[in-house]
Amino acid sequence: MPAFLTPELIAHIALILVVFFALQISAAVLVYMERKVAAFVQQRYGPYLVGPRGLLQPLADIVKLIFKEELRPKAADTVLFYVAPVLSAMAAFAAFAVVPFGADTTFFGLLDHPIHLAAADVNVGLLVIFAITSMGVYGIVLAGWSSNNKYSLLGGLRASAQMISYEVAYGLSFAAVILLAGSLSLHTIVDQQDGYWLHFIPKWYLFIQPLGFFIFLTAGVAETNRAPFDFPEAEQELVAGYHTEYSSMSFALFFLAEYVNMVTVSAVATDLFLGGWHGPLPLPAGFEWIQFFAKTFLLLFFYIWMRWTLPRYRYDQLMEFGWKWLLPAAVLNLLVTAFVVAFVIG
Amino acid sequence: MDTVFFWLLSAVAIVASLLVIAQRNPMYSVLLVIVSFGALAGLYVLLDASFVAVTQIIIYAGAIMVLFLFVVMLLNVPTEDPPTGYHARLLGGAGPRRAGAALSVALLLELFWALTRMGDGPSLGDKDMGAAVSSVRAIGLRLFDVQGYAFAFEATSVLILVAMIGAIVLARRESK
Repeated sequence: MPAFLTPELIAHIALILVVFFALQISAAVLVYMERKVAAFVQQRYGPYLVGPRGLLQPLADIVKLIFKEELRPKAADTVLFYVAPVLSAMAAFAAFAVVPFGADTTFFGLLDHPIHLAAADVNVGLLVIFAITSMGVYGIVLAGWSSNNKYSLLGGLRASAQMISYEVAYGLSFAAVILLAGSLSLHTIVDQQDGYWLHFIPKWYLFIQPLGFFIFLTAGVAETNRAPFDFPEAEQELVAGYHTEYSSMSFALFFLAEYVNMVTVSAVATDLFLGGWHGPLPLPAGFEWIQFFAKTFLLLFFYIWMRWTLPRYRYDQLMEFGWKWLLPAAVLNLLVTAFVVAFVIG
Repeated sequence: MDTVFFWLLSAVAIVASLLVIAQRNPMYSVLLVIVSFGALAGLYVLLDASFVAVTQIIIYAGAIMVLFLFVVMLLNVPTEDPPTGYHARLLGGAGPRRAGAALSVALLLELFWALTRMGDGPSLGDKDMGAAVSSVRAIGLRLFDVQGYAFAFEATSVLILVAMIGAIVLARRESK
């Protein structure tokens, strides 16, 4: 074995690969989950023919998408039309790179020193996620513009307006948690939530920042363009919005990006407000990540449940809610938190 | 390793910046600005200033999004054709061209002058500098210290607020 191939390096490369493939598989699982939950809500069976209980349906979907013809409108911008879906998917995957999903581990003694369970360990992790998610909108806007289709363009413009509006509240709900934890590192924020009050209530920021959690989740749904905030692709108004002209794998990339973004928002919410891998059960060392995934999965279920329960808002309602309710609430939350941190705690 | 990345990122930044002005399509220009800023953020990371790098992306990416909307909604021109007629005389005539050439020569000379004076500043690989720049705490203390940049910071924020209100007032008047 060459000298530079230390166990640490191998562990890091393995982590990167695990995160990458886990995200792809989670997208497939989410597609199945979405269809089954939708079926349950609408009192039908959902997919049940392909594989046992329809479990292989996502695989069939992928094969179908791969073999479809790749179409491009004649008037579309050649370069940007193909770059846009790649940008979307890239931003979605890159954002998860800095999300820690387990306590430091030596992989049961394989390594000399414990390493962080995250693809990349950055000390300004939260800001990196914020920066990359704000880059994700470029993929959507470019797709809308380069398709040279009025519905696509409208979808892209809506996406940008929506993301700019909700990003402010999103960032402010982060900021309150950053104030409490005194750190921009997601790993430190999670470790601050270790322990219990009265021996059974986990010290999660959810209980200190209930309003912050609500703002984060709402803005997160808007950021990922999911129902009831799925205006960029509102079927009844815009055909399919920004991805109207896309087919085959470039459409699949947008789809993948949407689900991976959902996973990222849920994982970040778990890290920020639900204690990451700490609580409610004291799991043995090396297995804490199971709790992290369980909580993320619950949040993802909540996402899907909401999509099939709530109708879409009207566009002006969306803007009014974002600017007149969510933003003032986020500012108030931040001010109260800052006051408490400055004068009561410190 | 650092040196390789430094040259790579610098090359990307410079080539992208040059291509910004070489594009006929404003959409591509706007995108290339982002590429250039991204390379710049990479250079900050090499200097161990990860906070500055992330801020660079958040702020400029957000600002360019607005530029984007300007291109799409206000300009509404797919390509920039060379001006003809009156505008050609105004923008591309002999006088303005000479002034532009003179200005670019002056800028080039200034750049060389700045480069020759360089050397005592922080350089790549000087990692002691990194701790001061990357620590959010250190930046915050300097920024909000009364002896530091507190006045400049607050004055700038008031200035930006005034500009924002002015923009809204101007936009409103037109719609009447």
